[in-house]
Amino acid sequence: MVLTKADTKIDMMAHLMRRAGFGASREELESRSLLGYEETVEELLAPSLQDPVDRYQFLRYYPMWWKPGTMGGLGQAEWVWTMISTKAPLQEKMCLFYHNIFATGVAKVDHYDEIQDMIDMFRDKGLGKYKEILMEVAKSPAMIYWLDNNENHADSVNENWGRELLELFTMGVGNYTETDVRECSRAFTGWTLEHKLPRFHMGRWDWEFKFIPEDHDYTDKEFLGHTGNFDGEEIIDIILSKPATAQFIARHLYSFFVADEPQVPAWSVTPPNDPKAVNFLAEALMASDYHMGTVLQKLFTSDFFKEQRFSRVKNPTEVVISTLRLVGGTDRPSPETLDWTGQIAYMGQDLLNPPSVEGWHNGIEWINSGTLMKRTNFVSELISDTERPGVRNIIDRIKLAGSIPKDVIDACLDIMGPMDVSDQTRRELIDHSEKQGDFDWNSDGEERLIEVLQLLVATREYQFA
Amino acid sequence: MTDSKKDPVIVVMQLSGGNDYMNTVVPHSNSQYRDYRPNVNIPEDEVLHLNNDIGFHPSMAPLAEMYREGNVAIIHGVGYENSPRSHFRSMDIWHTCEPETLGTEGWLGRAVRQIDPDKKNVVTAVSMGPSLFRALVAPGVPVATVENLDNYGLLTDISPEEKRDRVLDRYKRIYSPMIGSGPVMDFLGQTGLDALKGADILNIAPEQYSSTVEYGDNSISKKLRSIAQIHLADLGTRVFYCDLGSFDTHADQLATHDKLWTAASGAIRDFFDDLEEHNAADNVTMFLFSEFGRRVYDNGAGTDHGAGGVCLAIGNQVKGGEYGQYPSMKESDLDQGDLVPDLDFRGVYTTLVEDWMKLDPVPIVGGQFEKPTFI
Repeated sequence: MVLTKADTKIDMMAHLMRRAGFGASREELESRSLLGYEETVEELLAPSLQDPVDRYQFLRYYPMWWKPGTMGGLGQAEWVWTMISTKAPLQEKMCLFYHNIFATGVAKVDHYDEIQDMIDMFRDKGLGKYKEILMEVAKSPAMIYWLDNNENHADSVNENWGRELLELFTMGVGNYTETDVRECSRAFTGWTLEHKLPRFHMGRWDWEFKFIPEDHDYTDKEFLGHTGNFDGEEIIDIILSKPATAQFIARHLYSFFVADEPQVPAWSVTPPNDPKAVNFLAEALMASDYHMGTVLQKLFTSDFFKEQRFSRVKNPTEVVISTLRLVGGTDRPSPETLDWTGQIAYMGQDLLNPPSVEGWHNGIEWINSGTLMKRTNFVSELISDTERPGVRNIIDRIKLAGSIPKDVIDACLDIMGPMDVSDQTRRELIDHSEKQGDFDWNSDGEERLIEVLQLLVATREYQFA
Repeated sequence: MTDSKKDPVIVVMQLSGGNDYMNTVVPHSNSQYRDYRPNVNIPEDEVLHLNNDIGFHPSMAPLAEMYREGNVAIIHGVGYENSPRSHFRSMDIWHTCEPETLGTEGWLGRAVRQIDPDKKNVVTAVSMGPSLFRALVAPGVPVATVENLDNYGLLTDISPEEKRDRVLDRYKRIYSPMIGSGPVMDFLGQTGLDALKGADILNIAPEQYSSTVEYGDNSISKKLRSIAQIHLADLGTRVFYCDLGSFDTHADQLATHDKLWTAASGAIRDFFDDLEEHNAADNVTMFLFSEFGRRVYDNGAGTDHGAGGVCLAIGNQVKGGEYGQYPSMKESDLDQGDLVPDLDFRGVYTTLVEDWMKLDPVPIVGGQFEKPTFI
């Protein structure tokens, strides 16, 4: 890709907001630039400074949506609504980050509220210490049920949770043995949930974590070179003391916030694209006792982050949420929230229902002819809705560039990003407009501009964040 | 252009999550079966007996009927050495045929490349989305990923038609190859062009379709119905892919397994009935596999990840019956409590690729393997 201009403050702010949030309008980028880059990072890392999204607003409008656990799909809509409305976008981005690591799905759990509780926990603790997240996840009834730890007994070990804790949540393949999986699983015997009760007429009963001492294996375990009567927390402490764990979490951070990496199953056999950056993040994790906020501050202010503009393929949630935040008109909950939630799923990311505990495959694997079509159609439809205040704003700003096609296209690229596009794409957009002459803002100019915007959001370049 | 009425067509149904071999094809006469499975077994009077040794799960009545008609091949003990018992790694291996290193190309992607090396038909392979299965991925090979066949097209909101045509013409130019833009942009460019072309072609499938077969109201039935619509539209599609899951029955296996196989068996029967009604079944073979079988011992309520599994091939051109041996269940013959596969999955693929699709199997499956003769 060709950089069409030198990096400016607005470019950098737009980059930060795409990665640490869901993009931002030009107004927001301009006011944040006045505040400053590092100051914006600090603000993003302090979500408690912002008013939280009023969840009861959603329920006041749609009281029949109460207890979404009873009804398929609505549990997702509440989260989607929160992402659209939040003033603390990094907090929601972290929920998405953890949801893709601790991927837990309603296809098996069959209880949206319980998975939603996990998301709430990520929102609450996501910028804190990774150990705390791991402990909460280990005691999450949704996770216990998802990975069958309720079937992990002192006298019959079920390895599902123990294996994924090592393979997907902390260390990655190649850093432990089959014996470690077994011993790790034994340490979590007796960590279970209160039994699922039958459907209730107004929703389901909540699940609760429960430790059953008589179902716990209290004999010695030999785990990663340590021997002792470890319980789950001590196992997690041992895991976190290993450099492999810091490397693994660092690579997750890099892949989610900096630039696309190969898929997780390839990590044991493929080195990181930027080993120095991953090492830097791993060291920051170890030095801060895995304090995620501290590490993210270092990440967002690093050169390796700033150099990776448009090097990640947007995931479907980013496509939908960033478009909605851009076009606006979403100040009140509406039934459309449910449609938008469905759109994210059609693009391949059914929130609260990942395809497996591995989560979704990221990067270019989001793209196939079907999902590219969905992305293009969704964004194109919204960007052509001139009733939306964000679209109005974009049009009014672009009009200031005058009526010459080349100037109008450059204004589009600037206001819609600023976006970097190839010379070929820019030339095609200009050519498309020149065919019909200068833009006449008193006649069909606006309609023609919408056509250009629809083409612009259909480009390859628009798929990147 | 190939002819879907004559050329061999394969429909792959992936049973995601690790289907339990022993409760799918039940070794009912083997007394060890019930010893290993005190809690998660199929009662003898419920097994759908196929012969003196084996029987299907009780929810598979439509498949038992097709078996008796001679159109179902049961391929025993399929897998590969040193099974990692990880869903993702194992699925990757089945998709790429690369048990040792990490593969990036899917076996069916390579097959599509051999069928249509000049990419004349962008719908040679159709994957029932939302995601594209790695088995179908190979650089430069177009695959149409369809989630909902009834609403498939690009920028469908732009009207009038004249304006949409103008925009789509420009879209085509914008997506044409860029020099020196790198593999990711190249991939995106090709995908955009494939989407454009594929939509034009696939749009006619539901319009042309009519059938007296009423499919069930579940996702696998919907997928197979869409596959039938595309096949019957004669668009030259040779490879179809769909999946059903999750078969990861660590717990609550009896109820879950029953629900999944009820849906799958009914959908398969309806699919073939539909094709028969249109006299279009003879060139279709369906293949079912899972990334691994499950552990021999139950864990109280379910079964954990195992090794050797079972595959099924279904269709009029399939030579029905059993292939290979049910792996020994003797304690001393188990590997870490699992059935030991003695038929490499790449051998099963070889039969499908060579004897059914009439392609050169060696570059597709990555070598020469003993093949069962079910075609």
